[in-house]
Amino acid sequence: MRPRKIQTSVGRKLFIALNFAFLTFTALLCLLPFVNLLAISFSNKMPVVAREVTFYPIGFNVAAYQFILESNAFITALIVSAKRTFLGVAVNLALIIFTAYPLSKADGEFRARKYFSWFFVVTILFQAGMIPMYLIVMYTGLMNSIWSLILPGALPVFSMLVVMNYMRSLPQELLEASFIDGAGHFKTLFYIVLPVSTPTIATVALFSLVNHWNSWFDGMIYMNTVDKYPLQSYLRTVVINPEAFFRNATNVSEALSRYLGMVNARTTNAAQLFLGMIPILAIYPFLQKYFTTGLVMGSVKG
Amino acid sequence: MGVSKFMSREAKRNKTLREIPLYIMLIPGIIFVLIYSYGSMVGAVVAFQKFVPTKGLFGSEWIGFDNFKNLFSMPNMGEVIRNTIVISLGKMFGGIIVPVVFALLLNEIKNIGVKRAYQTIVYIPNFLSWVILAGLFVDILSPSTGMVNQFLELFGVGPVFFLGDKTAYPITMIVTEIWKGFGFGSVIYLAALTGIDPALYESAEIDGAGRWKQTVHITLPGIMTTVVLMTVLSMANVLNGGFDQIYNTYSPAVYTTGDILDTFVYRLGIQNAQFALSTAAGLFKSVVSFVFIVVSYYLADKIAGYRIY
Repeated sequence: MRPRKIQTSVGRKLFIALNFAFLTFTALLCLLPFVNLLAISFSNKMPVVAREVTFYPIGFNVAAYQFILESNAFITALIVSAKRTFLGVAVNLALIIFTAYPLSKADGEFRARKYFSWFFVVTILFQAGMIPMYLIVMYTGLMNSIWSLILPGALPVFSMLVVMNYMRSLPQELLEASFIDGAGHFKTLFYIVLPVSTPTIATVALFSLVNHWNSWFDGMIYMNTVDKYPLQSYLRTVVINPEAFFRNATNVSEALSRYLGMVNARTTNAAQLFLGMIPILAIYPFLQKYFTTGLVMGSVKG
Repeated sequence: MGVSKFMSREAKRNKTLREIPLYIMLIPGIIFVLIYSYGSMVGAVVAFQKFVPTKGLFGSEWIGFDNFKNLFSMPNMGEVIRNTIVISLGKMFGGIIVPVVFALLLNEIKNIGVKRAYQTIVYIPNFLSWVILAGLFVDILSPSTGMVNQFLELFGVGPVFFLGDKTAYPITMIVTEIWKGFGFGSVIYLAALTGIDPALYESAEIDGAGRWKQTVHITLPGIMTTVVLMTVLSMANVLNGGFDQIYNTYSPAVYTTGDILDTFVYRLGIQNAQFALSTAAGLFKSVVSFVFIVVSYYLADKIAGYRIY
């Protein structure tokens, strides 16, 4: 028994070392592309052109960031995105809460519950596709309006189901006590159900926030002019052709040409991409915490 | 249910009155879902018309299945369907295997701090949009200036045109999609792993089972349900090649291997304003996907007791 134990522990040690090395390699594979991008954004254009920049900046400067922040297009798009995300999350949350509460009732308490549940679930099962949605947005007069980015997805059904399942799991005595005290459904929802549902609400709020921040396609097809694009749609026009963007920006603005000695299309592109990530990175600790619980909650309930 | 038969008229009316606020709460959700989700389902009727946008959804001439006939007689339709399935199957299998392996290996790390550090890093790409990541990959995969080809050069390989070569393109799509999602995808398996009863390992140890045997006989069966569940659920995506990713990285040079249904529908419909034809293509995708989604949810319920509501 004893020699065997020692033998396994040597094998075990080897495994632990290899495992550690492999996981570190995997983590670097995820991290290094971003480090490279960041290094390029802070480098002088000469070493970038000479392909000398790898994982740390050479000729450190912030000219690429100044260039981007002074070109009005980026800021304009940032404002559209902020507005869209704020309105979008507010609308999503209001509709999620108001829809989830009635559907969380028992069949006996809300007799039509079953039919309404199916009404919403069907929209997950069958989606008509890009073009019909485009036509409906057009016919409802939302083209070129910020509401075209918010109203078509006003109720995220999957998030609603997550909240509904949570509300359903709340102890019923809690709600009954509130009804006995004479509160109606609205009061019960606001004063009893919502306060105890905050973790779930936070989860779906983050879902919705990330979704709104990251959406680019709707902005691109529903907005007629680039100055109404949210940031991700705007970034798409840049990343598809950084050279054209760069030429264009320097042609339009005299002020920007003073950076030309320091920056080129690649450094400014890297800076924009990184700036576009900042909001997500800023809320990243929350994302990690709540998305994980939300994912597990939504997927492996019995 | 049976009780309501014996309720007095008074009690019944009270019950209905108490339900009124619930109906009121549902109104906004119903309105928007009705207009946009159901409205676009109705809008799919243009697939059966010689559609003229100014005449509204029902004003154009009805032509039966002509759009579908035209669509399937298009020379590249077969290619587009094949690309879609090849790319999505590659993503499906990689998207199951890599996270499972990663979760198993991560689970062997006992130091909580180290484990969390790995998780923190590998989850990041999952939260970034494909616009940002496309920008990143276009830069680092560039044949002339990219970091990856610079690295390959050290070994005398390349340059590889990851995004411009017909053979390399679909592989690049599968690999980068897995890169983006494997970390966060492992969360669900890590949760399943923590759910395994530690007593099982203890008794296996007493019986003299080594680490490998424990993994094969306890760990793998312990997460099997979750693996099967995720496989079944991912079936629903068989016609989703990944529009966001491909649209932001492809070019005419790789259409023959990289053009998928969604990018095809987009170019046909929105860029060329062939609304009816592209709606037909989209509807084809929706109907097939509907079947897959229903079957996958049915199986998920049968196998793992998973229900979305």
